Amino acid sequence: MPKLKINNIELEVAPGTSIIQAAEQLGIEIPRFCYHDKLSVPANCRMCLVEVKGGPPKPQASCALACADNMEVFTDSEMVHKARKGVMEFLLINHPLDCPICDQGGECDLQDQAVAYGFDRSRYFEPKRAVKDKDLGPLIETNMTRCIQCTRCVRFASEIAGVDDLGLLNRGEDVEIGTYISKAVESELSGNLADVCPVGALLNKPYSFTARPWELRKTESIDVMDAVGSNIRIDARGNEVMRVLPRLNEAVNEEWIADKTRYAYDGLKFQRLDRPYVRDTSGRLRECTWEEAFIYAAGKLKSLQGGQIAALAGDLVDVESTYALRDLLRSLGSNMMDCRTDGAQIDTQNPASWRFNTTIAGLEEADAIILVGTNPRVEAPIINARIRKTWLAKRVPVYVIGEQIDLNYPYKYLGAGADTLETLDIKAEKPALILGMGALMGENGAAVLAMARAKAVVKDGWNGFNLLHTAAGRMGALMAGFVPPQGQFSMNGIKAWYMHGVDNPVVYDHMVGKDDFVIYQGHHGDVGAARADVIFPGTAYTEKSALYVNTEGRVQMARAAVTPLGLAKEDWRIIRAFSEVMNAPLPYNTLSDLRARLAREIPAFGAIGAITPVAWSDFGKPGAVKGVRFASPVKNYYQTDPISRASVTMATCVEAFAQKQRIAAG
Amino acid sequence: MLADSDRIFKNIFGFESYSLEAARKRGDWSDTASIIAKGKDWIIEEMKKSGLRGRGGAGFPTGMKWSFMPKPSDKPHYLVINADESEPGTCKDRDILRHEPHKLLEGALIAAHAIGAHKCYIYIRGEFYDESSNVWKAIHEARAAGLLGKNAAGTGWDFDVELHRGGGAYICGEESALLESLEGKKGQPRNKPPFPAMAGLYSCPTTVNNVETIASVPEILRRGGAWFAGIGRDPKNTGTKLFCISGHVNNPCNVEEAMGIPMKELIEKHAGGVRGGWDNLLCVIPGGSSTPLLPREICDTVAMDFDSLRAVQSGLGTAGLIVMDKSTDVVYAIARLSYFYMHESCGQCTPCREGTGWMWRIMQRMVKGNSSLEEIDMLLDISKQIEGHTICAHGDASAWPIQGLFRHFRPVVEQRILDYRKQIKAAA
Repeated sequence: MPKLKINNIELEVAPGTSIIQAAEQLGIEIPRFCYHDKLSVPANCRMCLVEVKGGPPKPQASCALACADNMEVFTDSEMVHKARKGVMEFLLINHPLDCPICDQGGECDLQDQAVAYGFDRSRYFEPKRAVKDKDLGPLIETNMTRCIQCTRCVRFASEIAGVDDLGLLNRGEDVEIGTYISKAVESELSGNLADVCPVGALLNKPYSFTARPWELRKTESIDVMDAVGSNIRIDARGNEVMRVLPRLNEAVNEEWIADKTRYAYDGLKFQRLDRPYVRDTSGRLRECTWEEAFIYAAGKLKSLQGGQIAALAGDLVDVESTYALRDLLRSLGSNMMDCRTDGAQIDTQNPASWRFNTTIAGLEEADAIILVGTNPRVEAPIINARIRKTWLAKRVPVYVIGEQIDLNYPYKYLGAGADTLETLDIKAEKPALILGMGALMGENGAAVLAMARAKAVVKDGWNGFNLLHTAAGRMGALMAGFVPPQGQFSMNGIKAWYMHGVDNPVVYDHMVGKDDFVIYQGHHGDVGAARADVIFPGTAYTEKSALYVNTEGRVQMARAAVTPLGLAKEDWRIIRAFSEVMNAPLPYNTLSDLRARLAREIPAFGAIGAITPVAWSDFGKPGAVKGVRFASPVKNYYQTDPISRASVTMATCVEAFAQKQRIAAG
Repeated sequence: MLADSDRIFKNIFGFESYSLEAARKRGDWSDTASIIAKGKDWIIEEMKKSGLRGRGGAGFPTGMKWSFMPKPSDKPHYLVINADESEPGTCKDRDILRHEPHKLLEGALIAAHAIGAHKCYIYIRGEFYDESSNVWKAIHEARAAGLLGKNAAGTGWDFDVELHRGGGAYICGEESALLESLEGKKGQPRNKPPFPAMAGLYSCPTTVNNVETIASVPEILRRGGAWFAGIGRDPKNTGTKLFCISGHVNNPCNVEEAMGIPMKELIEKHAGGVRGGWDNLLCVIPGGSSTPLLPREICDTVAMDFDSLRAVQSGLGTAGLIVMDKSTDVVYAIARLSYFYMHESCGQCTPCREGTGWMWRIMQRMVKGNSSLEEIDMLLDISKQIEGHTICAHGDASAWPIQGLFRHFRPVVEQRILDYRKQIKAAA
């Protein structure tokens, strides 16, 4: 444990700590551009120079120098000030200084540090450098003249995203960031490039010229585009979501978010259900009042037996409304409810079977990773980044059973499906098996689950059995008990369906009968609304305070960034109000009542931000599975749910992506 | 003056063949096995005793550098020979590669044994085509004669040499940029620490030495460190050194001389004197383009070694003397060097990337006088803002020539600025 002094304050740090990190522990800020705590250290911006006594008589880069015993560091001496001022001047001489028309203005590291360390006027009267902008695809806007060559983007792309698309071209004054040959950055994490860029060179393209950071209301929330539960910050102006940014959570998404998380928000502006509808006798959906919709729906349901009513929960539902719907359905005398709308044979009886047991951060401890029937790159890009991080740090072997996919780290392909899984023999201390929904879909799902369980991935102090969900609402619904008795959903005799955000076409094609009565509650006019007889307009994740549970079982709370559109209401409220009309009023009138009751019944929901441990148990139905091939359910990363399907940005991505495939196909 | 018997590089002028046979006649490869039989500790101790300082420019004691190599472990050790000689005014390594490649190979074997390496890479400047052919041929000869390969030269040490031609970037002569380039990456200097001895080529312990350093090793060990230490002006500046004398002299040449020879003697004896006589001398850049120039008054008396030149705020560098007589436009000369350093900056560190171009643009105007007196101080301030603030020494190297110019020739620049103003006024 090296002991050193920084600005005459003595401290002891862990071995290997750099001076910039040690200073941070003391709350001393050292300016930096190229240094980023999640990326490698090139020490090239030279902004973080400090004076070190007992070293060479010149300032040292504090990001690259490890603390050593008896070091005396000064971050505020005259030598340091002079060095920083000099570096800042050099950075600014070729910078266009176009802050008034730059989107980074107001949240720009260069701007902030220029105020702190810059001159108030320029001594530079020579011609300035200009750099041609690059086309990095539909998500990243470039203004390369503003670039200060910190190479954070290059390091992010090659280290975290795993795509060597970016590089520093040329040398000396002529260096520029580029893609060698002009191409879009092909990564599901490309939006983070704009975040790591300390200046306005790489920007959020869809957000361009739409808002200034100081106009935005910032709400800390949770993402629902995949089951990772990335921590996000929703920036809104008025009642419009302007952008989505990542929020630091080392246990979940570190400080990255996937592109769908960041860019699909414009889907919240299109195809919205902002008032109730009923289907009239001519077969057309007609706008109506809440009262009319409720009375119409209640009338239909009251004419049926409890056992003739079923409810399904879709992919984006929150915990509270699912719980309320469960209560409502039970009070109507039905227990036919399910959240596994994609047909995945999850064992509803054993919580340990439907969890990402290693936890996301725990993946870093694994010494072998086996992907079964999943393509994490499109199902959960953040988890894929974590696998890559683990591979990068320790070169852990990664094995794939299922489709041969393009992951951004090397893997060993074992085989296509169940036959390979059956013979799989993992020799590792801490193996992590990641089972995707793709392996559990279909009739043999339960047998595959049992087969995966039989693999020795659970040992003393290590549970390497992971289920990777694709739907943000699934875990919450499973935990809230939104499941049929004994996990067996039966369609027999069902005459009416309460579809809570269900937009899976398979459900409507194969489960719902032609004459069945369908209530659809949701926020987008997608597959479900098209089939519905009554529509209750609900709220999207940005519009309500709600609980979500990610694939690890981590309970997280989303907060309302904007208010519901038009006549739409928060989902639990709709169900509570409808229960009144059904003469079966639910025993809670406020969200806090509901949450208190929820936490009493299922204590895990009381521990926000935490994972409540569950016991390891038997699950799955052992059986013979021959010749079953696994395939990821996500075929098109950019469009997986009603929000992303309504998003123009996502459609542009599909176009850019499809175009590339067409070219590749010749 | 160095006695002929004390010369290490007997064929530096290329009067004889560079072949193995001729090299053997000159004494190369004569008792390599017996040197190595004395053991690494003896070799390193003898190198320390000789006082040999690295000939690449920085002048770090070679014996000490070798002693920094860690104990053998599961990681391979590497010897890398820096033959990327690109410093303007320097051409000593070139003649060694051309005419004495076997000295280099023999030195490589001994050095590799001392640091525990079985593999040596020679990184040769891309433009040195003929030189690389000669080295390549020498490697083949040596392999055929059993001097390289398994049990090289009967020493019991397995050793082989690979030749790698660079792409022609000056910065790849910086040891860590050289390693990056050798690994197939972009030649950009690495941050230090870790130094190459801990994590060099492919993150393995590596020693990077200059060609002249390595080529001197066999002779030093054959004749003993004490012999080498006996030559030179003082115990810190010992041995013989190749000097490259170019510019306004009657007989530009590469010559081996004793360390610490007076500059005047060196130029007059070996280079035929300054064009038009010593009195016609304006200034000398003593150690390759990056060292600050010295005006005539200093040249009269200064001795050519590391510490004497440092005392006059310059440096021995690579010992490439660029002699300029009074016909030289010294401002233009330095402006040209500024251009070179701008062009060769790798572009990773801010001060060097942005500052070298700025300095060149100002220098370019100063050649004409299109500047102001205050701008001189600003230029010096900029050069100070670059110096010492970068990862490698390229920033320093770009600042020093300009600092040297104004240290000794500021009135010349000032006069030029005033003249230019007068001229503009007259025209207007």
